[in-house]
Amino acid sequence: MDVAIVGLGMHSFGRTPTMSGLEQGAAATRSALADAGTDFKRMQFAFGGSQDSGNADSLVNLLGLTGLQFTNVANGCATGGSSLNAAYSAIKSGQYDVGLVVGFDKHDRGAFNPKPADWGLDDWYGETGLMLTTQYFGMKIQRYMHDHGISKETLIRVAEKAFRNGSLTPTAWRQTALSREEIENAPMVSEPLNKYMFCSPAEGGCALIVCRADIAHEFHPRPIYLKTAVVRSRNYGSFEVFSPSQPPEMANSPTVTASQAAFELAGVGPEDIDVAQLQDTEVGAEIMHMAENGFCEHGEQEKWLAEGVTELTGRLPVNTDGGCLANGEPVGASGLRQVHEICVQLRGDAGARQVAGEPKVGYTHVYGAPGISGVNILSR
Amino acid sequence: MSAEKPLHEGLFSWPSTSPSLLGTRCMDCGEHAFPSQDSCRACSGQNMVPADLGSEGTLWTWTIQSFMPKTPYNTDETPETFSPYGVGYVELACGLKVESRLRENTPDDLKIGMPMKLEIIPMRKDDEGADLVTFQFCSAEELA
Repeated sequence: MDVAIVGLGMHSFGRTPTMSGLEQGAAATRSALADAGTDFKRMQFAFGGSQDSGNADSLVNLLGLTGLQFTNVANGCATGGSSLNAAYSAIKSGQYDVGLVVGFDKHDRGAFNPKPADWGLDDWYGETGLMLTTQYFGMKIQRYMHDHGISKETLIRVAEKAFRNGSLTPTAWRQTALSREEIENAPMVSEPLNKYMFCSPAEGGCALIVCRADIAHEFHPRPIYLKTAVVRSRNYGSFEVFSPSQPPEMANSPTVTASQAAFELAGVGPEDIDVAQLQDTEVGAEIMHMAENGFCEHGEQEKWLAEGVTELTGRLPVNTDGGCLANGEPVGASGLRQVHEICVQLRGDAGARQVAGEPKVGYTHVYGAPGISGVNILSR
Repeated sequence: MSAEKPLHEGLFSWPSTSPSLLGTRCMDCGEHAFPSQDSCRACSGQNMVPADLGSEGTLWTWTIQSFMPKTPYNTDETPETFSPYGVGYVELACGLKVESRLRENTPDDLKIGMPMKLEIIPMRKDDEGADLVTFQFCSAEELA
């Protein structure tokens, strides 16, 4: 049984002081239900996640105690991807006909401050100042630039694109385009990445209604089909965050293994993808993920960015809503925002940021600590 | 003169006039680990023995921590006295790349491939006034 996405709901990302994370999740769910022309009573199951805003299944207090199966998902930045993967399996197996996938969050300002013990590490690692995701991102792109000839100019181009696309996205947090000079001269955070090259923890909610493909038209005239949903964790030797040491031999990242599996299962290749969302917690991530997901060779990003291949008007538009850079990262909701945006693009409803040429096949990739990747391939 | 104690036991040989990083080696597959592990991340075996990982290597990648981290960072610094520090992976003779604070903290002083050497530095004082020390790497050429 194929799986369709028939309802899209979003509560604007950014800062909403008057609403809790849970309330933003409920608002996103109500708008997804309305988009699918249905109501919460019809939902047979839900998978949901939130890192800092409580248990996702508390949503029933706001939406109705209907007795549905509600499973909380906690997989770091890949929470949304993992929730959708679980929903995909629930429909695919024939267990259920229609259900909800939802994520929301509300984080404090500034960098996350994870506790070493939660990651299987001793206190010294955090106490001596090594437990920062920002350092990992800086070090990974630093080595990548050295190995593959990526310039600082390319880092700047990715940030410019993100804020330009964000300025065309009504639900984005950062809706002001930034000049090349503004980006270049921003305060340094973790060499070589500065303030405008990182996304920030934020708030927001996102929800999707998924169902069996054969009943999709009961809910929405333009269903989007979820061809495959794959999640992979790290192999020994892949360079991941919160690693006190790395082995001599490098291994493929979980992004590579998830991507290869997704293409194989969906029966399409990178050349078939018309529009993509690639995890861009910072500009280096988007650059590396272009190659790790198989869209270009390592180092080829330099040319792609210079030629505008990943712009809205390019051959493979990437992060058309401004990605994490312009939307911020409410961890529980972020991966679902990516899927939401691809669905909007495939429906042709993206307004000022609509990709030309009636895109047919879309791709999403989320990456989370300590080395989890989720890939979805979607089509009209 | 205050006493010096390791912030965490078992990371490096101490006290010592020529400290080394300490880890483990898997007797089944030969892979090294830092810090010490009871089981092997490569082959899942549980036949691990202590290994001296030495005190020298080359810089594999680096960044600079430019703002004072939130907790669990724990030193005697204040936001006013904080000074940026380098962070990098140093590739040791056994091939293992170890993450470490770096003494160098400006881009001009850090270059992938440069020779690095271990040093032991104070992080903060404990309740009895003893210095709690940890490891970091610095340019080997600077010390020469």
